[in-house]
Amino acid sequence: MPTSVFIVQSDLVEHPRKSRWPARLDLLQSGTGLALALFMWGHMFFVASILLGKTTMWSITRMFEGYFFFGGAYPRLVSGVAAGILLLFVLHALLAMRKFPGDYRQYRKMRAHVKAMRHEDSTLWIWQVYTGFALFFLASAHLYQMLAWPQNIGPYASSDRMWSDGLWPFYLVMLLAVEVHGGIGLYRLAMKWNWPKFSRNFLKKLKWALTGFFLLLGLMTLGAYMKIGFEHQARYGERYQPADLPLWLQELAPEGDFPRRNPPAEDAP
Amino acid sequence: MNAENFQTSRCITLNILRYNPQDKASEPRLQSYALEAADGMTLFIALNELREHQDPTLQFDFVCRAGICGSCAMMVNGRPRLACRTLIADLPDESTLTPLPFFALIGDLSVNTGKWMRGMSERLQTWLHAKEAEPDLERIEERMAPETAEAIYELDRCIECGCCVAACGTAQMRPDFVGAVGFGKIARFRIDPRDTRDDDDYFELIGDDAGVFGCMSLLACHDMCPKALPLKTQIAFLRRKMALVA
Repeated sequence: MPTSVFIVQSDLVEHPRKSRWPARLDLLQSGTGLALALFMWGHMFFVASILLGKTTMWSITRMFEGYFFFGGAYPRLVSGVAAGILLLFVLHALLAMRKFPGDYRQYRKMRAHVKAMRHEDSTLWIWQVYTGFALFFLASAHLYQMLAWPQNIGPYASSDRMWSDGLWPFYLVMLLAVEVHGGIGLYRLAMKWNWPKFSRNFLKKLKWALTGFFLLLGLMTLGAYMKIGFEHQARYGERYQPADLPLWLQELAPEGDFPRRNPPAEDAP
Repeated sequence: MNAENFQTSRCITLNILRYNPQDKASEPRLQSYALEAADGMTLFIALNELREHQDPTLQFDFVCRAGICGSCAMMVNGRPRLACRTLIADLPDESTLTPLPFFALIGDLSVNTGKWMRGMSERLQTWLHAKEAEPDLERIEERMAPETAEAIYELDRCIECGCCVAACGTAQMRPDFVGAVGFGKIARFRIDPRDTRDDDDYFELIGDDAGVFGCMSLLACHDMCPKALPLKTQIAFLRRKMALVA
């Protein structure tokens, strides 16, 4: 049988069907981006709990370590979350790389185009590329640190990391990159799928407002950790232990950790 | 010209990219022209003035002079615009005109958008795929709901000027990208009840990274369209429909 006849008879040639993977990858890129951006905002609130006091931050940290649920702190739970986020992050980065300029020539063309057009959304895209590129390194390093040493999260441990370990410039750059990247990403996601159906003008204003809010919150939080770290540098390595907890949290804490859990009964009159 | 008009008249400078790809001796260069702006003068009128009185070799395209044919699209200070719809009064004292990128250059400001548009049309099969191979010309056409007809008309307003493609960052990096004009065409046939194709068929045409999943939603196409077509909504709509196919 001649080869050509054989090929024509094959189903692949007669009914070539376009791969569905580009659609799935696009959905996956959007989904991972959405999940990471929402996580990032939630994470920022938890981290910013230091602004409400060391005990609040300690309580939230302990909550994520299962302290109030499992009779003791298990930092490995945080490692598990960090591992999940790292996986999500790597997947998102891998998918997003499809949209990056493929070589220097493409980058130069795009850069010149964006510069000449002076078009806000196109300019935002190039900033998303820059910040995304920076996050390849910054977020990976941060996530690995949380994955490997989850016990080093706390009012003093985190502050020592910022100040005595000298990591505050790292966190400052990461804060700027992640907030800019995530904010633009969520706005672009809404444009891409035309959902939620608010006006573009409103969504863009909302995007800037949220980016501004989270940047401000992040900078205040970073400042708070740096201040505590500065004050605590002489006692580097010491861990925070709250002197007291709200009664309802004492009820949840493991037996014996907070001796004042059972207040003495009042004497009868 | 009376004294009042003379006082309000304005002299502008146009820096125009000059290059003839047919001439091996030609080198791309910017040539400056000065001219006096008149009331209500469009860029198209200014270019004609230049060609008539200063430089008969200047190449640029025009047909309708009314924003209907799409021939006079060019980059004005880095952004794609129709020369006939651009008022000199809205331009700064010095402007730079270059041909649309992405399309084959004929010379100076003149590009061959037609060749690209035809290729796009053939690739995306932007014609009606009717039920019958041979339409019965004697038969009265089936009725169409007015809102459907209006929606089709809205998308049919595209003049294929190429501004959306020239404005598109994705197209800058991916020469095989369909572009907003192509998506607009697909969206137009998708809502036409006379067309027999379904979303599986359209997926075959635009369901990849050279198609709707390659669009990075920079939205310059939407913002630069001289006909103000709802490109953002249409592309997002197609993306959702094509994602559902997968």
